[in-house]
Amino acid sequence: MEEELLEDILASFKGKRYELVPILQEVQDNLGYLPEKAMLDIARFVGVPESHVYSVASFYAQFRLLPLGRKRVAVCRGTACHIRGAPQILSTIVKTIDLKEGETSDDLEYTLETVACIGCCALAPCIRINREVSGDMTPEKAKGLFLVKEGGEDVE
Amino acid sequence: MEKISIRIDDQDILAQKGATILEVALANKIYIPHLCYHPDLKPAGSCRVCLVELENGQLVTSCRTPVKDGMIIKTSSPEIDKVRRPVVEMIIANHHMDCKNCAKKGQCGLQRIMAYMKIDKKRIQQTLRLPEVELPFDESNPFFIRDHNKCVLCGICVRTCQEIARVSAIDFAGRGNNTRIAAFGDKPITQSKCVSCGECVIRCPVGALVVRNIGRPEREFKSICPYCGVGCGIYLGIKDNEIVSVRGDSENAVNNGNLCVKGRFGMGFVHSTDRLKTPLIRQGRGKGNPPSPPFSKGGQGGFVEVSWDEALTFVARKLKKYKGDEIAVIASTKCTNEENYIAQKFARVVMGSNNIDTSVRLCYSPMIAPLRDIGIWVGCDSPAEDSEISSDLLRQNLEQIEQAACILVTGANITLSYPVLGLKIKKAVESGARLLVISPHENELCRIADIWLQPYPGTDLALLMGMCNVIVEGALYDDAFVEMYCNNFEEFRESLDDFPLGRVERITGISRDLIEESARIYAGNKPGAIFWGTGITQSAHGTDNVYALANLSILTANIKYSRALNPLLGQNNALGACDMGCLPNYFPGYQPVDSKDAQVKFRSLWGRELNPEPGLTLTEILDATLEGKIKALYIIGSNLASNIAPFKKVHAALKKAKFVVSQDMFLNETAKYAHVILPAASFAEKTGTFINTEGRVQRIQKALKAIGDSRPDWEILCELAKRLKSEGFEFENTEDILSKLLEAIKDVPEVKRRFSFFPLKYRPPEEATDIDYPLILTTERDFSGDGVMSEKVEGLKGLRMKDFIYINPKDAADFEIEDGEPIRVISRHGAIESGARLRGTTPAGLVVMNLEGEKVNKLLNPVLDEESKTPEMKMCAIRIEKMKTLKKK
Repeated sequence: MEEELLEDILASFKGKRYELVPILQEVQDNLGYLPEKAMLDIARFVGVPESHVYSVASFYAQFRLLPLGRKRVAVCRGTACHIRGAPQILSTIVKTIDLKEGETSDDLEYTLETVACIGCCALAPCIRINREVSGDMTPEKAKGLFLVKEGGEDVE
Repeated sequence: MEKISIRIDDQDILAQKGATILEVALANKIYIPHLCYHPDLKPAGSCRVCLVELENGQLVTSCRTPVKDGMIIKTSSPEIDKVRRPVVEMIIANHHMDCKNCAKKGQCGLQRIMAYMKIDKKRIQQTLRLPEVELPFDESNPFFIRDHNKCVLCGICVRTCQEIARVSAIDFAGRGNNTRIAAFGDKPITQSKCVSCGECVIRCPVGALVVRNIGRPEREFKSICPYCGVGCGIYLGIKDNEIVSVRGDSENAVNNGNLCVKGRFGMGFVHSTDRLKTPLIRQGRGKGNPPSPPFSKGGQGGFVEVSWDEALTFVARKLKKYKGDEIAVIASTKCTNEENYIAQKFARVVMGSNNIDTSVRLCYSPMIAPLRDIGIWVGCDSPAEDSEISSDLLRQNLEQIEQAACILVTGANITLSYPVLGLKIKKAVESGARLLVISPHENELCRIADIWLQPYPGTDLALLMGMCNVIVEGALYDDAFVEMYCNNFEEFRESLDDFPLGRVERITGISRDLIEESARIYAGNKPGAIFWGTGITQSAHGTDNVYALANLSILTANIKYSRALNPLLGQNNALGACDMGCLPNYFPGYQPVDSKDAQVKFRSLWGRELNPEPGLTLTEILDATLEGKIKALYIIGSNLASNIAPFKKVHAALKKAKFVVSQDMFLNETAKYAHVILPAASFAEKTGTFINTEGRVQRIQKALKAIGDSRPDWEILCELAKRLKSEGFEFENTEDILSKLLEAIKDVPEVKRRFSFFPLKYRPPEEATDIDYPLILTTERDFSGDGVMSEKVEGLKGLRMKDFIYINPKDAADFEIEDGEPIRVISRHGAIESGARLRGTTPAGLVVMNLEGEKVNKLLNPVLDEESKTPEMKMCAIRIEKMKTLKKK
C-alpha cells in the first residue's frame, strides 16, 4: 500500500531536481515519515544521488526519518513553562511512557518530543498531544493523560 | 595564456590570468592556510581559512578570487588574524587532537595551519567547549577507516566523490553541531554505493579518512596496474622489498592519476603467502589430486620441491618426446609483450607447433577477424610517453575518449568492470556527449544515458542492423565517404532488407521509435565511439556481432576516428598477447602463418623452417587433447580448469594429457593436473611492456626482487629453449627481446585504404528457453574482481558481493522464492547452488549471476562461434528451484 501511495505521489511530479523538497514533504504528509525505501525511490525519480536525498532529509527539522507515534506528545520547554515546572512534567512523562525525548514507542503509540514554545505561556506549563493543548499541567495531571506503558513506572 | 603582474606580500609575481590568488601563491611557494581547497576540485570557499587582505582592506577567500592585474595582496595581517583565528580555533575544538597517535601526523593540513598561526592547543581545550560525545569509527571498509571525530567538514571527500569518482556515495548530513559526512541513512560506508576507489581517502587533509596498513615508501617505481585492460599508470612504493603504497600516475593519459579499488588497494597478491616459491615436480602417480604443502615431504598430491636446474632438465627431457602438433602452449594475457613473444617463439621454433593460444579465445577473439578485415590493425598503437618504441609501433595518435560526441556502449558494464574508463565516459557525458547504452539489464551508465536500449539477450545483431537500416533509409550516412572509401555498399544495402523495423522490433523487443532515435543520435553526433565487451563477443555469433558494429561505424564515417571501435579487453595485456602472435593462425603483428611472405620473413628472422599450417585454438586444443592428438600442454599463467566450459570435458582433457606444465604465480585448479609446476614472478618483479585495451604500449619497471625462487616467464622459457638446444633465445634482458620483437612486427603490409561492409543475417541465440528451462541466465562482474589475483587480496574478497543470483521480484514470486533464499540453478548441462537476490532492475525472464570462481561454467555447454571458436558464455537457459523442496524429495 505504501508503495502504491508513493507511486501516486511521484506521478504528480515531473522528476526535476528542484522538486526534491516538495516531494519529500508530500511523502511525509502521506506516510507520516520518510521511509528509506521511499527516499531511494525519490532519489531515482529526481535523478540525484541517494546520499543527497538523505542530506536534505536530515538537514531540515521538519523531516522525520522514523515513523511517528499515533499520539505525538510535545512538552513545552519555553521560558514560562520552564519556570512553572516543565522539567518535572517532562520527567514524569518520560518515566510514565518509558520514552526518551525524540523517541517513538515500538508499538507506534507515542512519540515524545519537546518544543521551544507552544505559544500559550499563560497556560504554562503546558503540553500538546497531537493538536490538543493541555495547560496548567502538574505531574499528576500529566500522568493521568497516559496509560502506564509496559516498562514505565507508575509515578507518585 | 596572458600573464599579469600581481604582488603578494612584497613579492612581485607574474601570474596566469584566470588563476585564483591561492593557486598563484601556492605555485610560488607562498603558503596561505587552507582546508577545503584541493587542486583537483572546484573551489568551495567554505572553510574561510584561506582569507587574504586586498589593498582596500577587503578580506576575500583566496581560493575563489581570481587574480587581477596590479592586485596587491597581504597573506597575513592583524585583520585577517582577527577573523581567521576564531574560525580555526573552533575547528580545532571540534577535532580530536590526538596528533601523536594520528596516522596523518606530519602530513595533516590542520597541523600545518596550527603551526603557521601559532595556535596553542591546550589553551583551546581549556577555554572552548569540546564535543561531548565521541563518535564511533566506521571500520567497515577493509582498506580505510573513517573517523568522524577528526573530520573538519571541509567537504573535500564529498566533492571528490561527486566530481572525481562521480559516485556521490557520501554527503553532508544533519545540521549545525550535528553536521557530519554520511552515506545514505548514516550506514557504514560498505553498505553505500561507495566503490572503495579511495580517491577521497588520499585527499582528506586530516586524519578523518586514513588508509589501513600504509607504509612510507623508500623508493617509488613507475608501473602499470596489472588488473584490467584499461592499463592505469601507477607508482609502486617499496620498502624492504615490499609494496607498501600505490598511487596513481597523474601524468599518465590513461587514468590521469585516478585508480579503482583494485589498482589502489589490490596489490597484496604480490606478497600473498600462497605465492609459489620453488619449482615442484610430481612424484606420486595420483594425477588429479590437488597439490598441497608441505612439499618437502612429498605433499598431499605427491609434489616435491626441486631446484630450477632439476626442474628445467626434467621438463626439457619430457618435452623432447613430443614433436610439433603433439604439444600446445597456452600463453598468458597477464604476461608482458616480451614474454608473450618468447612464448609463441618457443612454441613455433622450439616445439615446431602453431598450437599457441591464450584465454583471449574465451572472450575477445571474435574481434580480430572483423577489425583486420576492415583494415584496422588491432593494437600496436603509439605508446603514451615512450618515444623510443613509438616510432616502430606507430599507428595513429590516440584521440581522447572525452572528445567523442556520441558514445555507444554495448555488452559491457563499464563502471563495474573498467571503473577508470567509466569515469572518462561519465566525464564525456557531463561535457555534452550523447550516450547510448545497449544492455538487457540495468547498469550505472543506463541511468545517465540519452537512450537505454534493452534488447532481449542475444539479439544485438538485429538491433544494430536495424539501426543501420534507419541510417541508410533516412540517408543519414556519409555519402561521400561511402563512395570514396567503401566496398560493396549495394550488397550491404540489399542485406538490410532483412531488417525492416517491424521485424527488428519483434526480435529485440525494443520499440521502433527508440531504434530510430538512437540511430539518428549516433549518425548525427560525430565523432562517435563504440565500446563493446564480452556481451558482444562471448556469443555463438560473436564475430558477426562485431561486424555489425563495424558496419554502423563505417556507414557513418566514424571509422575515420581512431577511437571509433573500442573493444574492451578484460586482461591487462590481452591485446599485447594477440599482437605478439600468441594466436594459432598469426605470427607477431597479425602476419598470417599460412602466408608465403610471412613464412619467408620469419624463417629468415628465426633461422628455422616453420610449420606453415595454422594451429588449433584453445577450445580446439582441449578437444584434441581429449582425443589424444595433443599430448603435452605447457600452460602459462592461465587457469584452464575453471575458466572454460564445459567443465567436465576440460577436466577430462587435462587428466588425459600425458605431460602438463603449469607455470604460474599460484597453485591454481589447473595445477591439480600438472606434472611440473614452475613459479613465475609477478609484474612487480620484472621489466617489460603491456598494451592496454586502447592499444597504448606502456612500460613496467622492476620494483621488487623476485619472491622466493620465482623467475620471470621469459627467463624460464629461454632457459628451457637453451636446454632443448634451440638457438635464438640468448636474451640478457627484456630490452633485447623488445628490439627483436619490434623487428618481427615491422614492415607489416600496408593497412588497407578501403573499408568493406558486411552483409549479415540474423540468427536467433543458440540457447533458447523452453517450458523446462524458462529463464535466461547472464553474468556480470563485481568492481572488486574475482580473479586469480584479487582472490588473493583479503580486502577485495571481503568487499565482494557474495555469490548471488539476481532475480526479478515477479519471477521470484512465480517460483515462490524469497530474497536471500538459497536456490538451485539448473541448466541443460549442470546445476549449481547459490543465494537469490530480488532486484527490480533485473528484467523479468532474465537472471543475472555474479561470477564467482567461474561457477557459471558448470552450467554451460557452449556453442562456438564459427569464425573465432569463442564459446557462447553470456547466455544459458535455466530454471530455478527452492532448496527446501529439493530436500523433501
